Amino acid sequence: MSSRVESVIDAARATGRGVLVGYLPAGFPDVQTSIDALIALAESGVDIIELGVPYSDPVMDGVVIQRATNAALETGFRLTDLFEIIRSVSAKTDTPILVMTYWNPVVQYGINRFANDLKEAGGVGLITPDLIPDEASEWIAASDAHGLDRVFLAAPSSTDERLVSAITSSRGFVYAVSTMGITGARADVDIAARSLVERLEGLGAKRVCVGVGISAAEHVRSVTGYASGAIVGSHLVSALTEGGPEGVARATSELAAGLRAEHPSRLNPSKGPQ
Amino acid sequence: MSLRAELGPYFGEYGGRFVPEALIAALDELDAAYTVSKTDAVFQAELSELHRSYTGRPSIITEASRFAALAGGARILLKREDLNHTGSHKINNVLGQALLAKRLGKTRLIAETGAGQHGVATATAAALMGMSCVVYMGEVDTERQALNVARMKLLGAEVVPVVHGSRTLKDAINEAMRDWVANVANTHYLLGTVAGPHPFPVMVRDFHSIIGNEARDQLLETEGRLPTAVVACVGGGSNAMGIFHAFLDDDVALIGYEAAGDGIDTPRHAATLQKGRPGVLHGAKTYVLQDEDGQTIESHSISAGLDYPGIGPEHAWLKDSGRATYVGISDAQAMQGMMDLSRTEGIIPAIETAHALAGALDLARTLSPSDIILVNLSGRGDKDMETAARYFGFLKDAE
Ligand SMILES: Cc1ncc(COP(=O)(O)O)c(C=O)c1O
Repeated sequence: MSSRVESVIDAARATGRGVLVGYLPAGFPDVQTSIDALIALAESGVDIIELGVPYSDPVMDGVVIQRATNAALETGFRLTDLFEIIRSVSAKTDTPILVMTYWNPVVQYGINRFANDLKEAGGVGLITPDLIPDEASEWIAASDAHGLDRVFLAAPSSTDERLVSAITSSRGFVYAVSTMGITGARADVDIAARSLVERLEGLGAKRVCVGVGISAAEHVRSVTGYASGAIVGSHLVSALTEGGPEGVARATSELAAGLRAEHPSRLNPSKGPQ
Repeated sequence: MSLRAELGPYFGEYGGRFVPEALIAALDELDAAYTVSKTDAVFQAELSELHRSYTGRPSIITEASRFAALAGGARILLKREDLNHTGSHKINNVLGQALLAKRLGKTRLIAETGAGQHGVATATAAALMGMSCVVYMGEVDTERQALNVARMKLLGAEVVPVVHGSRTLKDAINEAMRDWVANVANTHYLLGTVAGPHPFPVMVRDFHSIIGNEARDQLLETEGRLPTAVVACVGGGSNAMGIFHAFLDDDVALIGYEAAGDGIDTPRHAATLQKGRPGVLHGAKTYVLQDEDGQTIESHSISAGLDYPGIGPEHAWLKDSGRATYVGISDAQAMQGMMDLSRTEGIIPAIETAHALAGALDLARTLSPSDIILVNLSGRGDKDMETAARYFGFLKDAE
């Protein structure tokens, strides 16, 4: 089964760079603007889109994303809008769209039905912040049946055994949580991220993207120096809140500039000492 | 098979761990420490001694004859958790978890609270054990339980009003989980009910099972028999699981009273087991009040402690199997129950507890004088005086 996310990461690696993964919530500030903002993401340098599903109880998220997803729900966001948004965006761009969703909306929609409608709309898989592989047997079966990626999270506190489970259960990449905390821009990206990525690679992970707290081009540069990609969320949501889709385009271009720095060590996956 | 032997992480199809990976290590650490503590004589002795000399256990049983006479049916016996230090059952769980947290080397306790009883109990344990304490409380609840906010502050805790979402208990739990993810190295999340990810539902149940264990022994000793029915109010479900657990394998009816708010057929209630559907909330698969898309629906109840759109997974399992039944009690019925107990027995119950009392009266009418209903009197009503005074119009009288 070929994963478009894996191909995008591998192609970037072949040219000596990491990927930029950009997060925006679906339906914020409204459905049409979120479509425009997602297209702006893709056109301004994001390699993979992470499309968030607004949820009433987002325990992984900091205030910036909470405010945006709450606002989307208050203006009447429905799961049917999610598939509409994916359809519209994937008609305009080849950038793969991974949906980031808390688990209950998928359970209520029906796991197989969700997988089917996601695939049909043009989505490539799910990132599941509150679904650990131990609880995911139904999703693993559904994603296999529909050829979808599934991205599980790895944390600095995870044991080696749990990291292996995240690696073997994931397809697309493994999401390394940079720090022990929730989403939101931070001045420094933890050194914990680097050692987590090293542990994951040592245990056999081929593609690891780092998220949580990444908000500047220099973070993107340093993270893609040791990981397959950098995931940016709150910073882009703030850009959308303040500057609309043009704000997103500007912020994305700035972040993407962080990818251009050469990282010779990434050219060869069986890297030698830095 | 014994229903009492259920150890989690699953109760039938319910329970589990639906949380960010970053919390799994902390949950595993807690689970391991908890498992060891169960058979650790030193830990058990320390907890028993605290319960004897600090909580004031065992709690007594009071027969409410004048109250029961209002129904003219079964006898009604009250298990007096309101007499515990800090005024409710919540302290049973708090002291157990705080001792565990100390063993784990944690120096900071965080908690969510609705009515404020769990927050007060946690702040109390933190003061007793010399730990720092942060309590998350929905902004709406800080207003309707202002007295408990003052108690927590006096005890040295920081009270953080939660301004996100519906600004009630469910949002306080979200905020506490966010804090825990970020501070798990030195912090224990002292969850206050039998909900949440494993091991919380079993662990909190076990710390509260002392209620039913004592009551079962007390009834066997004084009455020479088991009760006909054991009843309790149900918010997250901790006081109910605490009194139910000892009776799970007995031929005794178990009834939980949920908050029906304006009425179970109105949109304003907190009757999760009767009106919700299975889903995932706060780390567990359980019944949830939710819309078609799985968005949690705000619950409503006059009692902050029952105003919760989820429920402990063990209750979901007991409901599906029919071992326990769950009935709605409206705000108006509960307030009547509060007044009835106050005026017949001189005992002012918490509004949460008043739901169980109103339910017990209804049940008593259908039974005979040879039947015994055991009610978990989960807490006292001091914290609710402002709500009650407003509800009954006492403030107007005073003006
Ligand atoms: C006195 C009292 N009873 C009951 C409850 C409801 O909680 P649970 O259902 O976990 O017992 C509360 C919660 O605050 C309470 O203070």
